[in-house]
Amino acid sequence: MIDKSLKKVLLLGSGALKIGEAGEFDYSGSQALKAMREEGIKTVLINPNIATVQTSEGIADKIYFLPVTPFFVEKVIKKENPDGILLAFGGQTALNCGVQLFKLGILKKYNIKVLGTPVQTIIDTEDRDCFNKRMEEIDIKIIKSHAVETLDDARKAAAELGYPVILRAAYALGGLGSGFCDNEEELNVLGAKSFSYSPQVLVEKSLKGWKEIEFEVVRDKYGNCITVCNMENFDPLGIHTGESIVVAPCQTLTQHDITKLSELAKLIVRHLGIVGECNIQFAYDPYSDDYRVIEVNARLSRSSALASKATGYPLAFVAAKIGLGYGLFELTNSVTKTTPAFFEPAIDYVVCKIPRWDLSKFHGVNREIGSSMKSVGEIMAIGRTFEETIQKGLRMIGQGAHGFIANKEIVVPDIDKALKEPTDNRIFVIEKALRKGYTIDQIHDLTKIDKLFIEKLNNIVLIANELEKLNKVEDLSKDMLILAKKMGFSDFQIGRLIYKDKLDTEQQVDIVRNYRKGLNVIPVVKQIDTLAGEYPAKANYLYLTYNGTEDDVEFHNDKKSIIVLGSGAYRIGSSVEFDWCSVNALQTVRNSGWRGIMINYNPETVSTDYDMCDRLYFDELTYERVMDIYEKEQPHGVIVSVGGQIPNNLALRMKNNGGVNILGTTAESIDNAEDRHKFSAMLDTIGVDQPQWQELTSLQDIYDFVDKVGFPVLVRPSYVLSGAAMNVCSNKGELEGFLKLAANVSQKHPVVVSCFIQHAKEIEFDAVARKGEIVAYAISEHLEFAGVHSGDATIQFPPQKLYVETARRIKKISRKIAEALQISGPFNIQFLAKENDIKVIECNLRASRSFPFASKVLKINLIELATKIMIGEDIVPPQKSAFDLDYVGVKASQFSFSRLQGADPVLGVDMSSTGEVGCIGDNTDEAILKSMLSVGYSIPKKKILISSGDGAQKAQLLSACKLLIENNYEIFATAGTYKYCVENNIPATRVLWPSEEPEYGFRGALDMIKSKEVELVINIPKDLTQGELTNGYKIRRAAVDFNIPLITNARLASAFVTAFCNMNVDDIQIKGWDEY
Amino acid sequence: MQLFNSQKSVLKLSDGLDFQGFSFGYTGPCEGEVIFSTSVFGCPENLSDPAYEGKILCLSYPIIGTYGAPSEIVTDGISDTYQSVKPHIRGLIVLDYSSDFSHWGSNKSLDAWLKEYKIPGIYGIDTRRLSKHLRDNGTMLGQIVPDGFKENPAVANPELENLVAKVSCTEPCMYGKGGKKVALIDCGVCNSTLRMLLAHNLEITKVPWNYDGDLGGYDGIVISSGPGNPALCKETIATVKKALEGKKPVWGIALGANIVELAAGAKVKRMKFGHHTANQPVRLAGSDECLITSQNQNYTVDEGSLGKDWKPYYVNLNDATLDGVKHVTKPFFATEFEAEQVVKEFVKAL
Repeated sequence: MIDKSLKKVLLLGSGALKIGEAGEFDYSGSQALKAMREEGIKTVLINPNIATVQTSEGIADKIYFLPVTPFFVEKVIKKENPDGILLAFGGQTALNCGVQLFKLGILKKYNIKVLGTPVQTIIDTEDRDCFNKRMEEIDIKIIKSHAVETLDDARKAAAELGYPVILRAAYALGGLGSGFCDNEEELNVLGAKSFSYSPQVLVEKSLKGWKEIEFEVVRDKYGNCITVCNMENFDPLGIHTGESIVVAPCQTLTQHDITKLSELAKLIVRHLGIVGECNIQFAYDPYSDDYRVIEVNARLSRSSALASKATGYPLAFVAAKIGLGYGLFELTNSVTKTTPAFFEPAIDYVVCKIPRWDLSKFHGVNREIGSSMKSVGEIMAIGRTFEETIQKGLRMIGQGAHGFIANKEIVVPDIDKALKEPTDNRIFVIEKALRKGYTIDQIHDLTKIDKLFIEKLNNIVLIANELEKLNKVEDLSKDMLILAKKMGFSDFQIGRLIYKDKLDTEQQVDIVRNYRKGLNVIPVVKQIDTLAGEYPAKANYLYLTYNGTEDDVEFHNDKKSIIVLGSGAYRIGSSVEFDWCSVNALQTVRNSGWRGIMINYNPETVSTDYDMCDRLYFDELTYERVMDIYEKEQPHGVIVSVGGQIPNNLALRMKNNGGVNILGTTAESIDNAEDRHKFSAMLDTIGVDQPQWQELTSLQDIYDFVDKVGFPVLVRPSYVLSGAAMNVCSNKGELEGFLKLAANVSQKHPVVVSCFIQHAKEIEFDAVARKGEIVAYAISEHLEFAGVHSGDATIQFPPQKLYVETARRIKKISRKIAEALQISGPFNIQFLAKENDIKVIECNLRASRSFPFASKVLKINLIELATKIMIGEDIVPPQKSAFDLDYVGVKASQFSFSRLQGADPVLGVDMSSTGEVGCIGDNTDEAILKSMLSVGYSIPKKKILISSGDGAQKAQLLSACKLLIENNYEIFATAGTYKYCVENNIPATRVLWPSEEPEYGFRGALDMIKSKEVELVINIPKDLTQGELTNGYKIRRAAVDFNIPLITNARLASAFVTAFCNMNVDDIQIKGWDEY
Repeated sequence: MQLFNSQKSVLKLSDGLDFQGFSFGYTGPCEGEVIFSTSVFGCPENLSDPAYEGKILCLSYPIIGTYGAPSEIVTDGISDTYQSVKPHIRGLIVLDYSSDFSHWGSNKSLDAWLKEYKIPGIYGIDTRRLSKHLRDNGTMLGQIVPDGFKENPAVANPELENLVAKVSCTEPCMYGKGGKKVALIDCGVCNSTLRMLLAHNLEITKVPWNYDGDLGGYDGIVISSGPGNPALCKETIATVKKALEGKKPVWGIALGANIVELAAGAKVKRMKFGHHTANQPVRLAGSDECLITSQNQNYTVDEGSLGKDWKPYYVNLNDATLDGVKHVTKPFFATEFEAEQVVKEFVKAL
C-alpha cells in the first residue's frame, strides 16, 4: 500500500524542449502530477518551460520557473521542504540532476525520499561499467565496450575490438557526442568531440545492421512485472531510435523471439530493482536469435510516451503511483475502468512513429542520420495495415508528402549512395528506388532494412502503378478503390495518380472525394481499448481506418460537441506552446458544457491524452480526414485557431468546400490575413504602414525593385533547393548568391522581396478580440533587433524599454486591424518600431507561440478567454493591464546546435531554436539571468572571448565590455574587436582568427576554445561574406562542439553580461509563480 | 496484404451474420466453433495447440503472416517451435494476410503452411468487429465458404464430440530419464508442458486420455490441457478421482484443471467467449504476487460448487474467474495455465 508519510513531493521537469528531450516530458510530468493530486499529495514543480501544460494552473500546487540544476533545486528544497522527489519524469535533465543531488548528499541532508526507482539503480543503468557488471551478474549479453578516458586508450580499444566501432559519451543526452568510426582517422575526429562532453568515452564493437527492438517494462515494489509494449525499429541498428521509424508491435519476430526478449527484459528489470517504468533496448541478430542489450533507461522516455499512446496504457501515471508504493494489481486500467493495471495490453492495430526533421532550417548541417539524434519532433500513425499506417504517417510529418508515393519528385543524384548513407529523406529514396526498378533484395542490401518492410512499401508502389493506368476516376472499380484506401492512399494521391496533375490539385481531390462518397466508401472509427476488444470499454481514444466495416462508437448528432484541431508534429516554429493552447481550449469547451473533440497525432503531447477530451481522434489533420470526422460527428463547429498554422491553413477549404462551421474569426478573414496581397491591400485601405514588398517573377524585376528600395532586402523564394528558405541580402553579391539557390524564378515560382529595416525594434502583440473589438492584449518586446526570427528572439514582457507613444500607436493599429478583420478569438501581430515609426510585418489570426508565456506572466488565460468568445460564452473583459505588473517575464530560446553537426549556430530571419523557457524576475536582470541559465548558459568565471562584428555592433557591446572589466573579467578579442577595445581603454588580449597565420606570442581563438580556457564566447557575425563566414563559423562551431556557451547577438550578449555583472546568482529570488 | 487475384470467400456465423473476405491457405470450406484470440504473436506456432481442435480462430491482431511459418526446431524429440505435430484449428480468420514474410527461421509462408494441412483461411475480415460480436454474443458456430463452394445448412457442434479422443496419443510414450516418475495424461498436451516438466529432471510417461493401466506406480500425475468439453472425458475423470483418493501430487492444466475439478466433485461452466489470449493476468490468492499467463480455455470452475477441501489458488484479475484451485491439505492443483511457479510447487511435492 501507499506511503502515508508523503505529504509533499517535488517533481523535476525537463526544461526547454531540445533535440532528444521534447514534449514527451510535459506529458509524463503532467501525468505524474495528476497521479499525486489524486492522492491528495501536494506537488512542487521545477520547470522553466513556461509553455508547458504541466506549468499551468491546477496541475502542480506550486511552480518554480527555475533552471533544473542542483544549485536551484537545493534552494527550492530548502524553501519547500518536500518529503519525496520524483526524478523519472523530466527526461535526462531531471535524472542527471537527481543523480547529482544524490551524490552531493543533498537528498540525504534534507531527508528526501526518492520515489520509485532508487538512485543507485539509476546510476547502475547510466554508468556503462556499472551496467555491464550488473548484466554480467545474470549472464545477460551486452555490447562489449571499453570505457576509456584518453584518446590514446580509445585507439587501443578500437584496434582490439576491430573496426567499425561506435563511440559513446557517457552520461550524455540521447547520443550526444556519439557516432560510428570506420577507421582510426574517423576515431580521432569523433573522439576529440566525445571527450568534450564527457570525461569517459565508451568504445564498442558496432552491430550495424542488427534489428533494434525496444520494450517498455513496468515493475512494482512487490516484484510484479509486465512488458507493456514492444517496438521494432524500421531502420536497423546504427540509426538512433529517435531518428528511426518505429513500428509497434514488432513485425518480424516470431513467438520464440518475442518470448525470449520479453523474459530477458523482465529478468533485467527485476535484477536492477526498477520500481516504476523503464525502457530496454535490444540489438537482435537478423540471422539468429542472438541478442545484446543496448541500454536501459530507468525513467520515462520518448519511447514510453510513444508506448503509452500506442497501447493506451498510461505508463507515466502508473509509474508515479508505483512510486508511491502501490502494487500494479491495486491500480485500475484507466481505459476499461474495470480491469487492473496489471496486464499486458493487446493491440489490434499497428502504429508507426516517424521522426520529423527540420534540417533545411540550418546552414551547413550534415543531413545524414545516424547514431545521434537530429529530429525535432515525431508523429504516430495508427492503422490496421502497415501500408495504411506508414502512408498516414508520412502525411502527418507535414513536410509536403502526401504519403509514400505521389509526392513531388525528389532529386537523388546517386540512389545507391542515398540508400547506403541515409539522410532525413531516406524513405522517399526507397520509393524512388522501387519506382526505378530496384529489387527488394538490392534495397535490403544497401539499407539493411528488413525485407518485410520493403515488401510492404513495394505493395504501395504496385497499387500506384495500377492507379496510374487509369485516366479518369470512373474507370476505378469500387474494389480497387477500397483496396487503395486500405493501403492508405489519400484522395489526393488517387487524384494525382489518375489525373497526373492535368487538373487543378483541389479539383482532382474533389473528383475523387465525390466519387468515393458516391460509392459509400468511407472510413470507420475504431477504439484503442488496451485489450483488443476482449472486454467492453468506453474508450474515447479513437482512430480511423479503411480496414474495417463497422464504427466502434455511436455518434450523437446533437451538435453539442466542438472539434479542436491540434498542432501536429513538433517542429521548429511549432511546438509545446500550441499543445498548451489546444489543451486550454479543450478545457474551456468542456467547462462550458460542450463535448470536446480533439484531433491530433503527436505522441509527445498532452492534448493527445484521452483524459483531456471527450473524444480523441488520433488521426491526420488533413482536409480529407478532418472532413471524415466532421461528417461523422456533426459537431457544432471547429476551432482552428489554437493549433498553429496547420489548422489555420485548413480553414478556408473546410468552410468553402466542406461547409464547416469555423468558430471564431471567419475563414475569409483568416484568408485575408494569410494572403499577402489581400492583407497588404487591407493595410493600405485602413492606413497602416508596412515595409515595402513585392512579389516578383523575374530576376530583372527583382533587381529593379532593389534599386528602388535599396539594400538590405529580405528575400523569400517559393522554392529553394537547399539551405534556408529565406534570407537577408545586404548587397548584390549576396542577392545573386542566394537567388542561385532558388532554382528558378518564374511565374509559377515567384520571389517575395521586401525592404529590410535595420536596427528596428520588433514587438509582439498577442491579443484576443470579440467581434472586431480587442478585449485583452499583451505587448512584448524583443531584446534583439529585427532580423532575428521571433521564435529565436529573447522576449520580455511587459516591455521595459518601449516608448509610451510606441505602445499607444501599436494599440491603435491593432484595433484597426481587429476591426477590419472582424476578429473573434486569438490573434498576434508583429510590428517593427524605429523611433515611433511603426510598421506591421505579420498578422496571424490564431494563437501565437507567445500565448502561454504572455498568459502566464500576465496571469490572464488568453486562450480561455478566446475560446469562450469563439463558442459564444459571455466574458468579462479583464481589467488588468501589463502596466500593473511589478515584475518582468523573459522568454529565452533553446538551441540544439550541438546535435546538428556542421550547422552554423547563427541566428537569422528563419527560426532555428527548438524550444524556449520563460522565467519571471523582480527586474529585467534577474529574469534574464534565470532564463539564460535555464537554457544552459553558465556564468563565466574569468575569461571571455569576443569577436564582435561591425561597428554598430561593437558599439553596442562597449558598455558590457566595460562592465566585464570592472568585474574582473579578462577579455580575449580577435583583431578588430581588440583594436576597438584598446581605442576605448578597455584592456583586452588579442587572439588570432582561425585564418590568421600563427604569430609568436598570440594564442589562436580556436585553440582557447578547444582547451576550454574561455567560459563564454561572444561572436557576432558581421556580414555574409565568405571569409567572415568561415572565420566566424569556425569559432561558433568550435564553441558549440566543445560545449562552451555562445552568444551571437550583440544586444543579447550585452543584456546577459549586464545581468550577471549587476547581480550575483546567489541573489536570485527563489519565488514560485504564485508569489509574483 | 495479398493484393490481387484473390478468390472471394465468406464467413457465415450461425446467428446469420456474414463477413465477406478473400480466401487464403487451403481453398475449401470448413466449419466449427468460431472463437477469437487477442494474442499478437504466435501465429502460426500456437495454432498447433490441440486445444484449438474444432475451432475456427479469429485473430484480433490484424497483420498476420509477417514471419511466415517457422521451420521446426526439435530438441530431444520435442518441437521447440510448435505445440504439436500439426495445426489443430479448422479455419483461420484474419484482417490483413501478409503474403510477404521475412524471418531467417522460416522458409514457407503461412499460406503454404495452411495449404499443407488443408486448412482454409479468410482475410479482409474486420476482426475487431467479429471479436466484439463474439464477446457480446458468445462464441458460436460458423463456416468459411469460398466462392464456388456450398454452404453446409447444418454445422455440427464440435463441443458435442469428444475432441480429446481425437487429439490424445494412443500409446504410452516416455520422455526423460531418471528422476521422479510422472504420468502425464494426454488430453491434447502441448510441447511447452512437456518441456516445462522435463526442465525439472522428471521421467515422464505420456499416456492416452483413457489409459486404463495403473498409475499407482508414479510419483505424481499431470493432466494436460486439451480441447472441448471436459465432462466428456469420463474415463479421465474416473482416473483422476482415484488419484485424488491418494496423497501423490496431481496437477491439472486448463482442460486438465477442469477434469481435476470435476473429479473433486465441483461443477464447471462454459465461459461466454473463453480465455484465448496470452495476456491473462492472475493473482496468487491472498498474496501480492501476480502473473501474466497464456490461456486457451472455454471452461472454468463454478466457485460455489467447490468442496470445502479446496481453496482458490489463482484468481483472474480481469474477470475474477477462478483460474486455479488447490486442495487445502494435499498437493492437488488445478490451474488454467502453466507457469513455472506452479511446476515448482508440483515438483516439490513429488
